[in-house]
Amino acid sequence: MHQTFDAALGIDLLHVNQTGADHNRAHFDAWGITCMNIMSSPGAGKTALLERTLEGLHGGLAIAIIEGDMTTELDADRLRQYGVPVIAINTGRSCHLDAKMVAGGLHTLEHQYDPNALDLVLVENVGNLVCPAEFEVGEHAKVALLSITEGEDKPLKYPIMFQEADCLLITKVDLAPYLEVSIEQIAANVRQMNPDCTIIPVSAKTGEGLEEWFGWVRDRSLSTNESRVHAHA
Amino acid sequence: MHETDMTKALILTVRDWWEAQPGQPAIEKVHLTVGKFTCVEPVGLQFAFEVQTKGTFLNGAELVIRETPLIAYCHDCQSEYQPEIGLQYACPTCKSPMGDIRSGRELKIDRVEYAEAIAQP
Repeated sequence: MHQTFDAALGIDLLHVNQTGADHNRAHFDAWGITCMNIMSSPGAGKTALLERTLEGLHGGLAIAIIEGDMTTELDADRLRQYGVPVIAINTGRSCHLDAKMVAGGLHTLEHQYDPNALDLVLVENVGNLVCPAEFEVGEHAKVALLSITEGEDKPLKYPIMFQEADCLLITKVDLAPYLEVSIEQIAANVRQMNPDCTIIPVSAKTGEGLEEWFGWVRDRSLSTNESRVHAHA
Repeated sequence: MHETDMTKALILTVRDWWEAQPGQPAIEKVHLTVGKFTCVEPVGLQFAFEVQTKGTFLNGAELVIRETPLIAYCHDCQSEYQPEIGLQYACPTCKSPMGDIRSGRELKIDRVEYAEAIAQP
């Protein structure tokens, strides 16, 4: 004879990934590294932004890149030209980076470079507005990009990423004269679900807004490092 | 696509529990709570669960998904409201931005139902 029993689990579905992300963050903290997770749809300009960021901040901050791509190393090769450590992770069929993949990247970082000499790791996630938002990788800050060619409504339609972002870069603003799109409306759509988000319109092409972005990255890196010093004091 | 990965995570978590049980009982149902304000499509989960559990310890088990609505709390109005996902997230009364999310972000394995042989009286 059989009887049916009930067992309460109450476990977060993503707890395995969350544990992995916490583990990665502990490594970053021990190395004194600030990690930022850069997310957007394909073609919003993540790699172009990283190129400008390396030009603008390399020297002041010691930066490494973890580059997630489904199949190729094209983006990683673009960034290697800037002379910083670039670790490419091919996600295969997976549409996002997860904590385990980034842990593999950190393993490479640890063995091929000196992580203690780094200040900042920028993780370029797979181009996708949906999945990366649910999978933390151990970052201290989430940065979302939305190009003005994607339209004003995208934050409303793909809310999770924009709701979680600490910073939103509205990219390709040099194209504004050719489009019927309102940068203010994009910002307003994000603010109604994420009032504390820092929103910076930028153009990797003309350089508009980049100084403000560099300033945000610098401040965030310093404040993360400082809070770590206090936490260990 | 990520429903596949989430299902993998779900199966691993349930397996951990199952392996820790004396006698490894037959699992009949797995109950999940999935919030409406997540990137998870219940139909995708159901499909992935069916495919991935074939021939495993969860063979034939049913995935029961309870969806929870997006509910936010407006501090200015001191009341809860349901944002319209895809259209409007700010408070419909005072237009304050969505601050506190009270429900809708859940991705949780609630409980499992399992059968166990009991001794005849």
